[in-house]
Amino acid sequence: MTLLDPATSSATTGSDRRPTSTRFTRVLGFLTLAGIGWLVLFGLFLSPNDATQRNRVRILYIHVPSAWLAYLAFGVTGLSSLAYLWKRTRSLEWDRIAGASAEVGVLFMGITLVSGSLWGKISWGTYWEWDSRLTTTAFLFITYVGYLAVRDLGGTHQQRARRSAVLAVLAMIEVPLVHFSVKWWRPLHQQESVAEGEMEGLMLFSLLLGIIAFTLLYVWLVMHRQRVLALNDLVDDRGLDVALADRRKEAEG
Amino acid sequence: MSMWRIARLVAAKDLRIERRSRVVANQVLPFAALVMVMFAFALSSDAVLRRVAPGLVWLATLFSLLVIVQRMFAIETADGALDALQVAGVRPGGVFLGKAMALAAQLAALELLLLGLAVVLYQTELVAGGLVLLVTTFVTATIGLAFVGTLYGGLAAGAKGRETLLPLLMLPVVAPVLIGATRATEAALGTEGATPSDGWPWIGLLALFAALFGAGGTLAFGSLIDE
Repeated sequence: MTLLDPATSSATTGSDRRPTSTRFTRVLGFLTLAGIGWLVLFGLFLSPNDATQRNRVRILYIHVPSAWLAYLAFGVTGLSSLAYLWKRTRSLEWDRIAGASAEVGVLFMGITLVSGSLWGKISWGTYWEWDSRLTTTAFLFITYVGYLAVRDLGGTHQQRARRSAVLAVLAMIEVPLVHFSVKWWRPLHQQESVAEGEMEGLMLFSLLLGIIAFTLLYVWLVMHRQRVLALNDLVDDRGLDVALADRRKEAEG
Repeated sequence: MSMWRIARLVAAKDLRIERRSRVVANQVLPFAALVMVMFAFALSSDAVLRRVAPGLVWLATLFSLLVIVQRMFAIETADGALDALQVAGVRPGGVFLGKAMALAAQLAALELLLLGLAVVLYQTELVAGGLVLLVTTFVTATIGLAFVGTLYGGLAAGAKGRETLLPLLMLPVVAPVLIGATRATEAALGTEGATPSDGWPWIGLLALFAALFGAGGTLAFGSLIDE
């Protein structure tokens, strides 16, 4: 109750306003916006139709960069988790970077799966093929949805950090195993080509532009999200302090 | 106390609790049998059932595994037994191995029942030539499942009242076991003209799985159950 009372809560949230942006992230944000603007321009208007795929190729300018972003994000989550588990670099910073990166990764893995299955529908005639790359991607998505659920389990920040770091490292064991088992399971569906390698000129440029723009977007999103998570932790800590102070006051009064 | 001695004591304790309470015997085994009957209702045709019997055996094993693991950690968290073990300075690696051994024993009983049901209900025929492969498959897959079950069970047990999380975390991880064990079992039973030699590569995958999660669990269990 007292937490909602403006008179006391001003101590926790009141005057010290903490924006999550700095000059660096503002510049980065503008660069990201410009990059995405260029991507729209090149991806939708300036790049030519593909010889065989025609207009369908344009989905790949979104699909491939978001897949790249998601893999990058999960890689960062894994490395940050290792950094947290290693005693000499143990810091909640690493935990929050891992969490922020996983959130962004899950979002873009979702975009990858949706854009990929739409592309599959118009190119292969099916939304889904059981090839090892698709299936591993789907498993990655589910695994990190579970990872985010584990981060929400509660407990102290340190408990959350240790639990989720161990889980992220276990995911690094799991994912290759899933990949190889699926690969052996359906040896006939191994044509992993998503029509890559045949690109040149403006099409290749558009794809690279997408990858650069999405990488900037990733850095921008993770920096902000990581700072929000840090503020969340701070609010949790201060909330406890405020509650303790209130109880003490009650006892005295 | 050595890790193995801790493991044996913990395993004996878990099996003693099961012998006295009979929760797995009286509730989980009948549930598994029911699942096999339900599969038959859903698929109906005898030919289809014979074809997919190995997969159904392993699918029913995974579903039952979820239930057994939840039971296994419910008895630990109910009285804060895991915390007590931690406070007493018992090495978590030993607790992990012990609980995995007890889980493997219960899973083995469950799988025998399911295989028997596949023979009775789905007209699966055991082939003498594939018997060695069949036994090896069941042993390696059971060890792998026991390690993963204990590891993720410990993780979910630390979080009070969030047992619903266990299937989401565990099923993606055991997918390689489902694929590998099903293919190896098909090879051992000669489903669709498969021969035992088709099955042995999958044993490699199952063994690798068991080794990785056994090592990972022994190292990480302490961090997971620490509250």
